[in-house]
Amino acid sequence: MRVRTKRVAILAPAVATVLLASACGSSDGATDSAGAGGGSITVYNAQHESLTKEWADAFTKESGIKVSLRNGDDFELANQIKQEGSASPADVFLTENSPAMTVVESAGLFTDVDAATLGQVPEAYRPSTGRWVGIAARSTVFVYNTGKLTEAQLPASIMDLADPKWKGKWGASPSGADFQAIVSAMLELKGADATQTWLEAMKDNAQAYKGNSAVMKAVNAGQLDGGVIYHYYWAGDQAKTKENSKNTKLHYFGNQDPGAFVSLSGGGVLKSSKHAQQAQQFLKFVTGKTGQQILQTGTSFEYPVGSEVAANPALKPLAELGEPTIDEAKLNGPEVVDMMTKAGIL
Amino acid sequence: MTSVLSPPPAATAARQRPRLPARGRGRRAPLGVLIAAVVVSAVSLVPLGYVLVQTLATGWDEAYALIVRPRVGELLRHTAALVACTVAGSVLIGVAAAWLVERTDLPLRRFWAVLFAVPLAVPAFVTSYGWVSLYPSIEGLRGAVLITTFAYYPFVYLPVAAVLRRLDPALEESARSLGHSPARVLARVVLPQLRTAILGGALLVGLHLLAEYGALQMIRYSTFTTAIMEQYQSTFNGAAATMLAAVLVSLCLLLLTLDVLLRGRTRYARLGSGAARPAPRVRLGPAAPVALLASAAVCGAAIGVPFVSVGRWLVLGGTGLWTAPELLPALLSSLTLGAYAAVVTAAVALPVAWLAVRHRGWGSTLLERCTYLASAMPGVVVALAFVTVAIRYARPVYQSTLLIVVAYALLFLPRAMVSLRAGIEQAPPELDEAAKALGSSPVRLFGRVTLPLIAPALAAGAALVFMAVVTELTATLLLAPTGTRTLATQFWSFSSAIDYTAAAPYALLMILLSMPVSWFLLVQSHRMAGR
Repeated sequence: MRVRTKRVAILAPAVATVLLASACGSSDGATDSAGAGGGSITVYNAQHESLTKEWADAFTKESGIKVSLRNGDDFELANQIKQEGSASPADVFLTENSPAMTVVESAGLFTDVDAATLGQVPEAYRPSTGRWVGIAARSTVFVYNTGKLTEAQLPASIMDLADPKWKGKWGASPSGADFQAIVSAMLELKGADATQTWLEAMKDNAQAYKGNSAVMKAVNAGQLDGGVIYHYYWAGDQAKTKENSKNTKLHYFGNQDPGAFVSLSGGGVLKSSKHAQQAQQFLKFVTGKTGQQILQTGTSFEYPVGSEVAANPALKPLAELGEPTIDEAKLNGPEVVDMMTKAGIL
Repeated sequence: MTSVLSPPPAATAARQRPRLPARGRGRRAPLGVLIAAVVVSAVSLVPLGYVLVQTLATGWDEAYALIVRPRVGELLRHTAALVACTVAGSVLIGVAAAWLVERTDLPLRRFWAVLFAVPLAVPAFVTSYGWVSLYPSIEGLRGAVLITTFAYYPFVYLPVAAVLRRLDPALEESARSLGHSPARVLARVVLPQLRTAILGGALLVGLHLLAEYGALQMIRYSTFTTAIMEQYQSTFNGAAATMLAAVLVSLCLLLLTLDVLLRGRTRYARLGSGAARPAPRVRLGPAAPVALLASAAVCGAAIGVPFVSVGRWLVLGGTGLWTAPELLPALLSSLTLGAYAAVVTAAVALPVAWLAVRHRGWGSTLLERCTYLASAMPGVVVALAFVTVAIRYARPVYQSTLLIVVAYALLFLPRAMVSLRAGIEQAPPELDEAAKALGSSPVRLFGRVTLPLIAPALAAGAALVFMAVVTELTATLLLAPTGTRTLATQFWSFSSAIDYTAAAPYALLMILLSMPVSWFLLVQSHRMAGR
């Protein structure tokens, strides 16, 4: 017994020291391993983790360059990069929507994307500045419960959802960057007053959910008549078990309506990156044939935008969506967040 | 998600501890210990300082616009209603369960005594996940109160059961012999003696509710914590998020103040020599089936629902769930972070607890209180403060394991403190003095005399911290180093994407890792009663 307590007495501080040392050490280790040897890059990833992981794994297999992901939301990571400034650990930034790319671009933190990469993506899917590039696209849709709404009852425009007759009947995920991008398109097309009024009506009419999947699930269960989401949540569920979408259909607003907004996911390389070459290589891979084919054949169901890769045949073709013409660079995300905060949604 | 648990029995233990003789007081503390304690307390004030400084920096006009707005009013109503209802519900269920187990002839009461404590092992967001997947339409205040009450009532149950077991029945008998009815005895004699335990438990429930994110977000009930997380996702550490944090911090301070005010100064300790008899048990008679049914209903809602849900998803998902490539790394991250945090927290708690017990005075009390105050801050506030301070002033530790471990240490310090305090109090200082008189050096003294005496308490405190870290969600989401995913964050990713099947193995692992904590707390409350 005595021997044992003695041993504990000697061991405990030793163990504590070792653990502490490795706790401190691993902090340096993390940056080192990402920094040394040119063998790895850090991606601040606001895209779906599963999609980026597919890209990263395929890229690592092809190039031998390791990719570590820091996952978050569009504006969370964009503002984080802004605050980190020139010392940001990020090499590449991938988003789901373009307004967050604009935040980083206006802060002057992106470097030019390689010409070869730009050449892989048509001009319609990248900003004229060439500071970032489109990597995928997604369409706004109105998912509705077929038992609750007939086609005749569907809203002709997303603006109609402000009507009191929709009170309590539709939902969205307003804290998500997806919905915020849709509102930024509305802001660009309809102006600040109309958008603020619409948001205030939304505060009364809409139910807030966390994430588009949750909105779709609620529509499917009949808790909501309909919801504003992106198309691929529905397509993905239909391709799997249809568990959360079997009672629903998609309604495309079309007609250049703000609700027909097609959002561009972007990718850019940070000026401060210490592995700029590998980072550029990654972006070239994502927009290249192999990267875009992952969108075509994988489980993400987002639209490919580069290297002339066609969309998954299960999707309504991009050309038929009747999307409004919008300069992606003008979409103002922070303004939308302020407006939503003012409307009491956030 | 348990971010501010200090084990309930201690809340009462600390207050009913008899005053020590003067032997500990007045002697000067070793300088090293003093410095360590001051540093610990200073770091523990970072979150509070951050909120204050940021509020001032935001400027009056903007702060006013961000605080006095309808959304904040709505969040206040939501948060207040939830705290009021769930605290009331937890007290009701907790006291009733304790009374049934300790003071009645409830059949199988030993079995129930353990079962009533088991919900502590189920993180609240797993309870919520259980309810949501069985009843997808659950939402609103009613849903939130239902889920959180069944997740948190053990915080009241455990300390109340401990006190009930120890109450001297003589007092109640005297009251009855003086002509009071049984109901009056309960109201006038028994309940007042339970006041400290009930208040301590209620405070813990309240603080947990203010900090809760996952369980409430899952059923779309917005409170300050969920709103701060949403602002964080939309702006990182924007002014709106900080102002919401300022209001939330004020609510925490309000709860702490209320607790102090309500607790009062009345003393209920038993005087005189000898041990109290065990109290006679109330015969339930024909009410026994009703009591059994009620107990089964409580346990069914608190344990049955989450276990059935997790089990159902595990069966549906099949064995493939266990070979998912993310599972093992997440388990390892949780174990590693838990171990680091446990060791660091115990090491950090040692000097503060040592000063508080052995060198009592206003200074050491102040230091100790600082650490408790910091731990009452919700995880989201601590994380927000740490991210901002690190990004501006401490770049080398930004996004490091060290930073998140320090945040954990701050959040869970009381768990280690409570256990350590008790351990140090039981280690007689006379032994130290004898060793010193025999020529032992301070280092040798610590290694050969002190440490062996307090080692069990140190280990128990570290274990409690470990369990807390495994189920921590909000601070981990904000502070985890790039590429690090834990059981809790991975569970959260999957359940947010409504992939309930993929989330199930993570839920089960968190429950299994937390099981020992409820067992430990139960044993501790029994031991306290035996004293």
